[in-house]
Amino acid sequence: MSEQAHAEHVVPPGVYAGIISTLVILTLLTVYAAYVDLGRFNIVVALGIATMKATLVVLFFMHAKYVPKRTKLVIMAGIFWLALLLFMTLSDYVSRVDYRGVQYPMTRNFTASMAQKS
Amino acid sequence: MHRTGALFGQFKTLEQQKDTATLGMWIFLVTEVMFFGGIMLAYTINRHTYFHAFAMGSNTLSLPLGATNTLVLLASSFTMAMGVWSAQTSRKQLLSIFLMLTIILGFVFFGIKYVEYAQKFHHHLVPGKNFDIGYCVHNPNMCPDVSATELQEEGERLDAAEKADPNLQAHAQLYFSAYFGMTGLHALHMVIGAGLLFWLLKNSFSGQYNAEWNTPVDMVGLYWHFVDIVWIYLFPLLYLIDRHK
Amino acid sequence: MSMVSTAPAPKMPEKHYLNATYGIRSWLLTTDHKRIALLYLASVTFFFFIGGFFAMMIRLHLLTPNGLMLTADQYNRMFTMHGVTMIFFFLIPSIPAVLGNFFIPLMIGAKDLAFPRINLLSWYIYIIGGMFTMWSMVNGGVDTGWTFYTPLSTVYSNSAVAPTVIGVFITGFSSILTGLNFLVTIHTMRAPGMTWFRLPLFVWAHYATSIVMILGTPVVAITLALAGMERIFGLGFFNPAMGGDPILFQHLFWFYSHPAVYIMILPAMGVISELIPTFARKKLFGYPFVAAASLAIAVIGFLVWTHHMFVTGQSTYAAVAFSFLTFLVAVPSAVKVFNWTATLFGGSISFDTPMLYAFGFLGLFLVGGLTGLFLGCLGVDINIHDTYFVVAHFHYIMVGGAVMGYLGGLHFWWPKMTGRMYPEWLARIAAFTLFIGFNFTFFPQFILGIMGMPRRYHVYPPEFQIYNVMSTAGASILAIGYLLPMIYLTWAAFYGEVAGENPWPATGLEWKTQSPPLTENFEVTPVVTWEAYDFHNRPDLGLEVPGGHGPRIVAPAHGDD
Ligand SMILES: [Cu+2]
Repeated sequence: MSEQAHAEHVVPPGVYAGIISTLVILTLLTVYAAYVDLGRFNIVVALGIATMKATLVVLFFMHAKYVPKRTKLVIMAGIFWLALLLFMTLSDYVSRVDYRGVQYPMTRNFTASMAQKS
Repeated sequence: MHRTGALFGQFKTLEQQKDTATLGMWIFLVTEVMFFGGIMLAYTINRHTYFHAFAMGSNTLSLPLGATNTLVLLASSFTMAMGVWSAQTSRKQLLSIFLMLTIILGFVFFGIKYVEYAQKFHHHLVPGKNFDIGYCVHNPNMCPDVSATELQEEGERLDAAEKADPNLQAHAQLYFSAYFGMTGLHALHMVIGAGLLFWLLKNSFSGQYNAEWNTPVDMVGLYWHFVDIVWIYLFPLLYLIDRHK
Repeated sequence: MSMVSTAPAPKMPEKHYLNATYGIRSWLLTTDHKRIALLYLASVTFFFFIGGFFAMMIRLHLLTPNGLMLTADQYNRMFTMHGVTMIFFFLIPSIPAVLGNFFIPLMIGAKDLAFPRINLLSWYIYIIGGMFTMWSMVNGGVDTGWTFYTPLSTVYSNSAVAPTVIGVFITGFSSILTGLNFLVTIHTMRAPGMTWFRLPLFVWAHYATSIVMILGTPVVAITLALAGMERIFGLGFFNPAMGGDPILFQHLFWFYSHPAVYIMILPAMGVISELIPTFARKKLFGYPFVAAASLAIAVIGFLVWTHHMFVTGQSTYAAVAFSFLTFLVAVPSAVKVFNWTATLFGGSISFDTPMLYAFGFLGLFLVGGLTGLFLGCLGVDINIHDTYFVVAHFHYIMVGGAVMGYLGGLHFWWPKMTGRMYPEWLARIAAFTLFIGFNFTFFPQFILGIMGMPRRYHVYPPEFQIYNVMSTAGASILAIGYLLPMIYLTWAAFYGEVAGENPWPATGLEWKTQSPPLTENFEVTPVVTWEAYDFHNRPDLGLEVPGGHGPRIVAPAHGDD
């Protein structure tokens, strides 16, 4: 074995209690935020809160904060490849114009929302 | 490979064994991320192509049931984490109790999900020949479980959506396909998780897990938390589209 | 094959993994990675001949312009089932599950893979998936092409799409579990002294392959699951009738299926990286670059998938970007080819059968790889897309590359797996037969493609006949070339000359134990103190290093070279 064996890290129940309370609060927050009109930022807020919740679960419930570097690399690789799949495919959908110059519906929505911003 | 105590024959030390199992489990979870990634991608594209239909579909879901289920699942993650802690500190009885709590919460989730699915069947919201996104609005007496104010709101939303998207019936089916596909796959993972929990519980009753040997508890815990994370994303994606109108 | 004349004739060891236990149960419930590899060997061989049968039907049918014996529907089923069987049930598992399974633990000095029971499970999953697919073949077959494009597969096809898709879906998990097992094993099970840069390149190649299996296969699994839900339950994800986008299916499908080509070719490259230093008796040129090239291929391979969709109506801008990225992936492949060639330079080369396969691989992979660049070029692809040029290109990669590598590896390690040598001269004849038959079959298809013959049609204009006849004739030679090794390797496993520990000799750890190995692989865990392929510092191999000729090592007298 080349990598250092790590001692098992026992997370105390107090930490778990703190995490679950935060998760409940975030859940209520995301429901509340859904009823506020934020325009196209509703989805950003919703996914942002979801990502915060997921991060807490991964770091503490799943002990990712205490695992060796190699495992962290595995987690990062997973996230990176997911992003690769999503963004590289979406790059097609946001720039699809056929030979007559007609845009694919999602391309139309995307360019419209980009125009809105500027 | 034969086994000496907790140590399997292909390993030299318990540390190596634990390290190997943890790495293997995390790699497996990465494959799960990619698996759900595919359906998330399909969802993303269809949602951004037919936003009105997706908003319409999302607003037919019951937010109280969805939010409750989210809290139930988070709670089950907490009890699972406590189960792992009990095993790591050799609290054998506590482990059994936490495993049972996790299983019970899992079944509460199934129960609520069943109610939601049944509603969708009664409201003609399952993709196919009988699909009708306006079924409850047009046949209010067939949907006694939907209150008058809810129907009123749904009707207004339907009018607006039909104006914005002339092919709403077809596109709303894409939303419900995503809904059933995503929640169905998630539920399937929960069923597998529940099976694993029962297996842990059986072993826990015979006192197998303690501070030295708790890898299975730890691994099932990782899996259960992952399934929770999937739901953490499914909830806003499916239930919280355009609620503010 | 004769041994170094001074050494005493080797004897079969008394105890080894093959005679450790007996009976059908000891095989079907084994957790020994070597026995599981043999289970895989038998099953992939079975599927290879099933797929080969379909190939023969295709080639026979295309003898005449109007088709010899099949209806259009039957023809569609033949090429679909040929593709499905060969890709999912032969090529993907072949080298990793047979040679990788057998040799990764041996090469890194481990007693087994990290998860032996999961290893056995993956074989059962493979078999269950295979049975679903076989069942669909006898129940009407599938006619969608191995790519299962929607909406043909989900709405219109009247063939047994569902069971095939389920079968392929299930088999995917076998591939995932194999990849997972390899990754973890390579990380945590290496013997003392076996550092990352002492690993044989075969192991590096499998490490890269496993990354692809782990990150790609789940995506095709969900894709097929979605298509299955669409067909079986009437849900809609890609269905244009509901406003869905069929091209999305292709995105998801090719996100896996382009990298899947690397699941097939990377392990073969790993085999070649073992064969070339061994039979040139020379350290591999640029080891770290070849290792890094494997990883680069695995990673960049994920960035190029839409080159299969240039004519589908995807975004032109995206197509341009993906075309450039496709050129990029050729770089690490070329790095490997140059390093292998440089290794040959100044080596003391012997032409044993495995080396013949390595040379075959080099030439055919070169042709296959370069024609891949033509196809990756956006402008050219618009013209030759879906013609026989594509068919010829990927057969040069998959058959000329992957299968040549597989057979080369099988010959190279057969003495380790069975303890016995194959008949050298017969094997050389078979290798030549294969090479000639292969080129005869597929080179005319390049010409057909350039002339404009589309793939997947059961009839063709009469002016294409001459090339089709050549191709069919070549396929018959090829068939003989495949039957020969199957027969003599099986014969050799029982009656071949006893091989001894290290007949070639080669430098890997797998050659430091008896042939066939013990169930535990090594009596004591080996300690590694040498670099990979370092023939100069390995007096234990018994090679002569004559003075006055610089670093040249003389090949052992093989008599007939
Ligand atoms: Cu490709």
